[in-house]
Amino acid sequence: MNSDKRINKKVLRNMRNPFGMDRRDFMKRFGTGLVVAFSVGKSPLRAGALAQDDTPGLNAFLKIGEDGKVTLYAGKIEMGQGPITSLPMEVADELDVRLEDVNMIMADTDLCPWNEGTYGSLSTRVFGQVIRGAAAKARAVLVKMAAKELSLDEAELETFEGFVRSRSNKSKKISYGQLTKGKEILETSVGDVPLKKVSEFRIMGKPMLRVDSEEKVTGEAKYSGDIQLPGMLCARILRPPSLGAKLLSVDTSKAESMEGVKIVKEGELVAILHPSQHMAAKALATVKAEWEEDEVDLDHESLFDHIQKVSTQRQVLASEGDLSIGKAAAAKEVNGIYKDPYIAHSPIENHSATAVMEEGRLKVWASCQTPYPTRDDIAEELGMDQKNVQLLPIFVGGGFGGKIYNPQAMEAARLAKLTGKPIQLSYTREEEFVYDRLRPASLVKIDSGLDEAGRITHWDFAVHMGGGRESEHFYDIPHSRTSVMRAARDTRDHIFYIGAWRAPSVNTNTFARESHMDMLAAAAGIDPVEFRLRHLEHDPRMAHVVKSGAERFGWTPAKGPSGRGYGFAVGIDVGSYVVVFVEVDVEKDTGYVQVKRAVCVQDMGMVVNPQGAKLQMEGCILMGLGYALREEIQFEGRKMLTTNYDSYSITQFNMVPEIDVHIVDSKDETPYGGGEPPVVVMGGAVANAVFDATGARIYRQPLTPERVKEAIG
Amino acid sequence: MKTVQFELNGNPVSLDAHEDESLLWVIRQQAGLTGTKFGCGAGFCGSCTVILNGEAVRSCVLPAMEAAGSKVLTIEGLRKNGELHPLQEEFVKNDALQCGFCTPGMIMNAYGLLLQNPEPSHQDVVIAMDENLCRCGAHNRIIKAIQDAGKQMKKSVAP
Repeated sequence: MNSDKRINKKVLRNMRNPFGMDRRDFMKRFGTGLVVAFSVGKSPLRAGALAQDDTPGLNAFLKIGEDGKVTLYAGKIEMGQGPITSLPMEVADELDVRLEDVNMIMADTDLCPWNEGTYGSLSTRVFGQVIRGAAAKARAVLVKMAAKELSLDEAELETFEGFVRSRSNKSKKISYGQLTKGKEILETSVGDVPLKKVSEFRIMGKPMLRVDSEEKVTGEAKYSGDIQLPGMLCARILRPPSLGAKLLSVDTSKAESMEGVKIVKEGELVAILHPSQHMAAKALATVKAEWEEDEVDLDHESLFDHIQKVSTQRQVLASEGDLSIGKAAAAKEVNGIYKDPYIAHSPIENHSATAVMEEGRLKVWASCQTPYPTRDDIAEELGMDQKNVQLLPIFVGGGFGGKIYNPQAMEAARLAKLTGKPIQLSYTREEEFVYDRLRPASLVKIDSGLDEAGRITHWDFAVHMGGGRESEHFYDIPHSRTSVMRAARDTRDHIFYIGAWRAPSVNTNTFARESHMDMLAAAAGIDPVEFRLRHLEHDPRMAHVVKSGAERFGWTPAKGPSGRGYGFAVGIDVGSYVVVFVEVDVEKDTGYVQVKRAVCVQDMGMVVNPQGAKLQMEGCILMGLGYALREEIQFEGRKMLTTNYDSYSITQFNMVPEIDVHIVDSKDETPYGGGEPPVVVMGGAVANAVFDATGARIYRQPLTPERVKEAIG
Repeated sequence: MKTVQFELNGNPVSLDAHEDESLLWVIRQQAGLTGTKFGCGAGFCGSCTVILNGEAVRSCVLPAMEAAGSKVLTIEGLRKNGELHPLQEEFVKNDALQCGFCTPGMIMNAYGLLLQNPEPSHQDVVIAMDENLCRCGAHNRIIKAIQDAGKQMKKSVAP
């Protein structure tokens, strides 16, 4: 295991200096040396990026300086998922330089090319491939230049740790720095330079500890609420008692009389500003307001009837065979309705932003997964030129999809522009829940059947008011249909904001599918591993994942419920195949579920940093336990009753099982998603294990003690 | 506005504090030490944990005035002469963090535990850390880091 302190310092310098670099300095520095700017427009990796006007056609810069140091300008952010460690590994390996010679500037919108955002497991799967291409191109250019300098044939040359050298006489060499010194070289196309094969990796594929730990264990790591500027005011915003309520009148007179308080009113925005966080909150508490609230007769219990009622518009995503033929062939019908509540992203860092106007330019530090779209939105909303808005590098304290949306950045920016003062806005935990883009509450109906031999005859899957991602089954079933059932007003029929919760839709669809597969296995009287394998004959990759998981877990065949408390679920997420097996203890008199161990096997294709990948897998397992067992937003109408961690539980230490994670040694050269896979199977795995322990099937998440106790009867 | 005096990371400080203002905001805004984090504002998540007279406390619900005359230790005070504290070192070695936002609170709460119980069992750690929340899911690594740090510290004081 290699934790290189030197690279740690290099990469982190820019995160630690969140004030960024002077743009002119950058342009000046960009003048000489080799710069590779990768155009994705012409590559098949279009999904990775769309270029914007300030950097036409480009989405990664790689610069080799006169000192041989390499700088990667990447539009990605670090929120714990690890590109701060893995992206430099990719550059160093493809370029053949030492890891400690790679510096990275992350998501300074003035310096790094436009990027759509850090989500959906794009960083390694797509962006990493782009920068590998840029690095491979740079290496090819350097070899070409060296051939001229050394008067040798290109085929005679090899690269090693920042040098091009002769294969036969290794002392005949020239450094990258010497090659690029004083020259202005800009390469903008990648051409046909091949990427390294996995077998040629020197750095990739080897486990690396995080490079940002030292900053984070000493408290030096800066998050957007840690920025302190002279004259800065802390903002608190007047919020309605329930979402969507209209402000009728407001009385701020008491707050106005408090020393140091400044009030901003613009339209419906009422903000209290004070140099002290404490006083801003205290002043806000004195504000009296009248509101007209939306009358909505709905709560977290009547929610599912509502969903059934309004989601009437069917969109068929896939179909195979003829459902009526399948139904006719069924000896036994097995139907189920699965329910998922609204849940929150709930990162420990609430949405925060610090913003300041400086000489007509707006600088923003935001806890944000999408710095470029956020910059563009701010510029548009405030009527500013995009070039005059800058988001700067900053650590993000967890995102999980929730920081794709950044109302706090917009509010802070607006207040900074209106007042001319530096503004800091850190959401309270209550604001974090209410203004989160929740995982949509949804319901999945599955109608299916079995023939006499225990094979699935038909499968009719419909997800109501959820998304369609990974709703399609991957089993051998002759007659099937997959539908999304939408409401007339689509997502607006959700009473809260909804969005992308880590592996959006896949958690809901996988919980339903895998619970149902387990029910079918039990109805057929077949061991659930065997039952899956019989329906996976066409898919050796998935069959291998299931078999490996069963073996590592120590599964022995038994039909469910076996009383052992064993359960598992399989899933696909952004190309990765995953299985998690769990063992649970169910306290029969209280319904309390304790997961004792979890075994995960994942085939994610090529892996850049196996250590980082394992951290993500473990994190997914533990985050997934939260939604499986605890998480549920409670509400009355559009008033959220969940306001803090006394009314919303996430995974705690006492819930944590022993965990074994294993990455399949894939021969695949392509990396698939690594940020999400195991999270999608946790709901199904836990529900199946509870069934195996008790014989009770629970159709509604989370599996709270009350629900489990009731189901056991 | 009043003034509160206490010892912060070994140094006497005299800081402005509003009536009822929490120790958290005084540490962050008056002393400028931003390693101690705001997470929930109600003592539920533990990201604001500091050591007050040898005990881990939630600084977001502790009025700063109550710290008068006390010894307060924050995450910034753990490193001595450029050397990481064994807890910090073991968090690094075990990759016991991801986003890092809960980390200062985790480490300070663990520091409080190790003061009381230098060699905690797995279960001891679970109980002591249960109300420090981590959303990234580093829990098992955190438990191991704390137990490893306990062992390291025992070694370093042994003759």
